[in-house]
This record gives sequence, C-alpha cells and structure tokens, in this order.
Amino acid sequence: MSRDNTYISKQKLMEELRRYKNGSITRRHFLNVTGLGVATAALGAAMPGLRAGPAFAAGDIGDRVILATWPNYHDPANFEAFTEATGAHVQLNVFGSNEEMLAKLQAGGSGWDVFVPTNYTITTYVGEDLIEPLDTAMLPNYVSGNYEARFAEAGSVDGKLYAVPKDWGTTGYVVNTEHTDGVKMTSWKQFWDMTRDSFSGRTMVHDYQLTTIGNALKYFDYSFNSVDEAELAEAEKLLIDAKPHLFAISSDYQPSLRNGDAWMSMAWTGDGKQLNTDMPEMAYILGSEGGEIWSDYYAIPKGAPHRDAAYALINFLLDPEVNAREVLVHGYPTADSATNALLPAELLNDPILYPAQELLTALEFSAAVTLTDPNRAELMARFKSA
Amino acid sequence: MTQRTRNWLLLAPAGLWFTLMLVVPLTVVLIFSFGERGAAGGYVPAFTLDQYANLPARWAAFKNTMTLAPLGTIAALLIAYPLAYFLAVRADPKWKTILLVLVIVPFWTSILIRSYAWIFILGGRGIPALLDWVGIEGVRLINTPFSVLIGIIYGYLPLMVFPIFVSLDRLDKRLLEASSDLGAKPWHTFMQITLPLSIPGVATGCLLVFILLMGEFLIPAILGGGKVFFVGNALVDLFLQSRNWAYGSAVAVTLVVIMLISVTAYMRFIHRLGATREDVSIM
Repeated sequence: MSRDNTYISKQKLMEELRRYKNGSITRRHFLNVTGLGVATAALGAAMPGLRAGPAFAAGDIGDRVILATWPNYHDPANFEAFTEATGAHVQLNVFGSNEEMLAKLQAGGSGWDVFVPTNYTITTYVGEDLIEPLDTAMLPNYVSGNYEARFAEAGSVDGKLYAVPKDWGTTGYVVNTEHTDGVKMTSWKQFWDMTRDSFSGRTMVHDYQLTTIGNALKYFDYSFNSVDEAELAEAEKLLIDAKPHLFAISSDYQPSLRNGDAWMSMAWTGDGKQLNTDMPEMAYILGSEGGEIWSDYYAIPKGAPHRDAAYALINFLLDPEVNAREVLVHGYPTADSATNALLPAELLNDPILYPAQELLTALEFSAAVTLTDPNRAELMARFKSA
Repeated sequence: MTQRTRNWLLLAPAGLWFTLMLVVPLTVVLIFSFGERGAAGGYVPAFTLDQYANLPARWAAFKNTMTLAPLGTIAALLIAYPLAYFLAVRADPKWKTILLVLVIVPFWTSILIRSYAWIFILGGRGIPALLDWVGIEGVRLINTPFSVLIGIIYGYLPLMVFPIFVSLDRLDKRLLEASSDLGAKPWHTFMQITLPLSIPGVATGCLLVFILLMGEFLIPAILGGGKVFFVGNALVDLFLQSRNWAYGSAVAVTLVVIMLISVTAYMRFIHRLGATREDVSIM
C-alpha cells in the first residue's frame, strides 16, 4: 500500500546512509526511505563497510552550498548531479514555516547560501535588509519572459529583482477516503466539522500560523489573510475547540498519513500529489470557500558564505531539464513555460497540480501583513500551548 | 610566579568560559525580558513589565513541564533503582562490565533518532496493533502525554542508573554481612543500610534528570505531536516562530527562577535525609 513498507536492500541502505551523511538528503528522508526498524537491524551488519564519502575536488565555487528549503521539495538525484558537475555538495536545511526561516535570518549567522521564501514574505526580507538583489548576469537560465507573471511578480520589490520563481501551488487538505463513508469532501467547513466528529484523533494541522489560522478563518468564510481581531477571535475559538480532536500539529504529515495513524491533514499540492500517487485512496481537496494559492522563490540571503555556489545552484535548478526532473519528483507545478514544455501532458492536466478554474479563483495569495502580525503569531502560540 | 598568580592563571580558562557562556547570556536574557517585540519580530529596547504580566498565556506549558518533569523523574527512579541494584550487588562480576556497557549503548545513537523510533513503536502499527491482535481495541498511544512520558523515561534512564549504580557499587559489602550476622532480615538490611547509603546516588540521579527534563523540548515535540507542550517548546516557538524575543526572555527567566527555587528546596530536603552537600556530586 505505502512506500514506507517496501524492502530496502543493504546496498541501497548504505547508499542512502552515505547520502544522508553527505547532507544531500534530510534525516527525515533517510528515515522515510529506509524504514527505521530495518535500518537499525541492517546497520549492525553493514557497519564495517561504512567509509567516509569520496573527497570532492574543490572546484571554483567551493566545496559546498547550503540550501534552506521545505520538506519533500527536491529531487536528490539533481543535487548529486550538481555535485558531480561543480564539486560543491548541497547541504539541506528543512523548514516547516516561513516564520522559522525569517527567525533564523533575523538572528543572524544562518550560514545559508540559498533559501526558498514564499511570495508574501519577500517584501519583509527586503525591508529588514536580509536578502540581496540578484545579479541576473549570473543566472543565464533565468528567462523572465518564460514565467507566468502572477507567480513571478512577488520576486521584484521596487523594480529590483530579489528572488526567482521556484514552484507554485495551493494549500488544501489530504483525506483518506477509506474513512469518509462515501461522504464527498469539498469544503473547509467539512474539514473542521469532521475533525470534531467521526475523524476525532485523526486530523493533522500545520505547525504554521499562516495556513492553520487561515484555514480556520475559511470555516467562517473570512479572508485567509484576515488580521481583524474579531475574526481572529472566532478562528481561535474554533481551533481551541478542535485541538483535543487533533492527531497532531505538525507540518510533517506524510509519515502519519501513510502509516494510517492520521486520516486527514492540511497539505500542500506536492504532498497531495506524492501521497495520491502512492496511495490512490488519498484525495487532495481544495476547500470550496477558498484558501491559499502561493508561489515559492529562490533567494540569496545577505552575507551568504558561498555566494558563487549559491548562484551556481539556483542557475542549475532553473535549467528546464533539471527543473522538469524536480517537478516529476515533488509534484509541484512550475510557472516556467520552458520546463512545462518538457513535462508529460498527463502531469500538466493533473487535477491536483492544476485544479479546476472555479476552485482556483476562490484562492488568495497571502498578504505580507500575516507574516509579522503579532496577534496571529500569539494566537498560534496560545492554540499550541492550550 | 607566585602561587596566587598561578591559581588565577589556572582558573582563567574556566572563569572566562563561565563569564562568556553563562553570565553574559543570562544578563542579556534578563535585559531582553523587560523589552518589547519589534514590528517584524526580534527585540526593541524598553522598560516594561508587560512580558511578565503576559506569563499566564503560557500557563499550560508550565503546568505540563511541572507535572511531567517530576513524574518522569520518579518513574525513571523506580525503574532505575532495581536495575542499578542488580548491576551493583547481584550481577556476576564477570558480566558486570558488559551489562553496564549495554546501559550506555543507546547513547551511541542520537536521541533524535531514538525518539523517532518510538514513533513507530507507539504509532498505530506498533504496540496498538499488537494489543488489537490480542483483543484490546482502539488504544491510541502516540501523541499523548503518556507517549511523552515513555520517551522521557526511556531517554533519561541511563542518567539515573549510573549515579545510583556508583553509590551502590561503593557500598561496603561487609556492612551487609554484619547486618545479616546480627539477624536482620534482607528487607531490613535493605531499608536500614543499603537504601540510606545509596541516597547520594539517588539524589544526584534525580537532580540530573529533573534539571534536564525541565528544559526538555525534543521528546514532547516528537512524541507529543505538537500537542503536549513544554516550556522548552514554548521557548522554541517564541524565538523561532513568532520571534517575540522579549516575551521569550521573560518565559526563560521565569523558568530559571522556578528551577532555582525547586532545586534549592530539593537540596534542603535531601540534606534532611542525611546526605551532605558533598555527597550530591553534581552540586
């Protein structure tokens, strides 16, 4: 039924372990693909074969590049290809919210070379002087005319380019239809009502104020972006009321959905696609009331320690061939027409990646104010500690 | 070089470390706790008690920590004591070293990985599936306070076992023989001799585990599913999500004060049990 059950050979395990040691895959990915129990058992036997990875010849751009990104958002094989081509290996830091990324950069010394902010955060980064304008001369693969404007425009602030588009997507929820008793799920109202009823103890929400509060606001048909105190108070009441019925508050929802502990979770496009591909009973739903549409970008923080490698990595990932492989693995659509030209038609017509127009029109891009609004931040904290 | 200068020089590295890594950061935290949150997060200098006035908003986090930390300590003690007793008193000396190594072995793997393993054991396909198979249905373990408690006991058990083991191992076995020669029943011998003499180890173990538990955040985050919230988790959120450094500092200062008070009370209590300050080896 699910991917995490499949047998993993000792050799494959060693490969994965080596990739994990190199930092090219996350610990989470490592546990996911190996299955921890198997790993523990096989490790003992495999230990003598464990050697350090090959020493990379230091290229012109240094021996490493550090990328801060989101879970399940890249094709590890592309990173290996990048390392082979440049000698720099890619270290991944995985985050579950834009707040976390902003907090790291605000504290200083993040050590990142490239990170992946979402559309609504970029003006704040520019305002706080945390990211640098991009030099397009170092990004020959970035052809601005190839991008659909609404998924690229947030990258420029006051006419200066600070970030180039990665992927776009939606925020909906994944539900395991084996447990819905034939009820067709279509709305956020159902999401929250089912959670407090037949799905009690089986629902997950993101550990991310934007989506968790935003989708609670949609229950009342308020804007996903609301910072109105009365509306937020209603959302808080709903969240506190639902909390005892939640399985977990976490942005890492795939493992629990896969092993059957959770039946429903707020989810982003690519996770919906990945789950649906492996387990057809997993449906990806966009609430009819609306919700979030977003686009992610590549940006370079001020003071990136490996600046040349940062440009090299972004340029590499924007290469349509490379980007197409990324999309095939993570299942998030890209706004780049050159990449889309290389993708199979069935993916370009996939209803999870490209929802019907009437569902899309109800969605909102997030507003910059939600990132810094103290009331939303504190509401989320109260909900978690309640 | 006089003896005095030599003493100062020898103390300098530790003193410098202590100042830079403890005194300075704590002072910064204390100053921040009277400040305000910046517009985009962070810290703005101010002098206000607002952050402290807002402490009740984290009441649940303090309550969870102050329930589960002592509970975890006591549970770990109840499990560790018989184990340490067996290792120190009953185990065949030729096996002793191997058994002791087995207690340490888990430390060779990161606590993060080991806690992850518990997700599988406590999750729907682990113990609940086993219980289901023998006819006990509908048990949910993962993401409950109980699963956090399990993780805590598991993670901290070795820290409890070792100090107790050391104090029992150092115990003069002739005292036990004397007690038995004088006609005491084994239970009496244990209560009158073994237990009192092992109090220093128990006290050290409990203190070690309790202090670390009060600052714990990893185990509740992984095995509590974000629903069982410790002060440590509140702090992580305040600094890494809502970026309210001022409020985070106030929560941190409060936690430090609570620890100081409870540790002081604890030391008084131990003292009354007859152990001297020197016996509790980490103080």
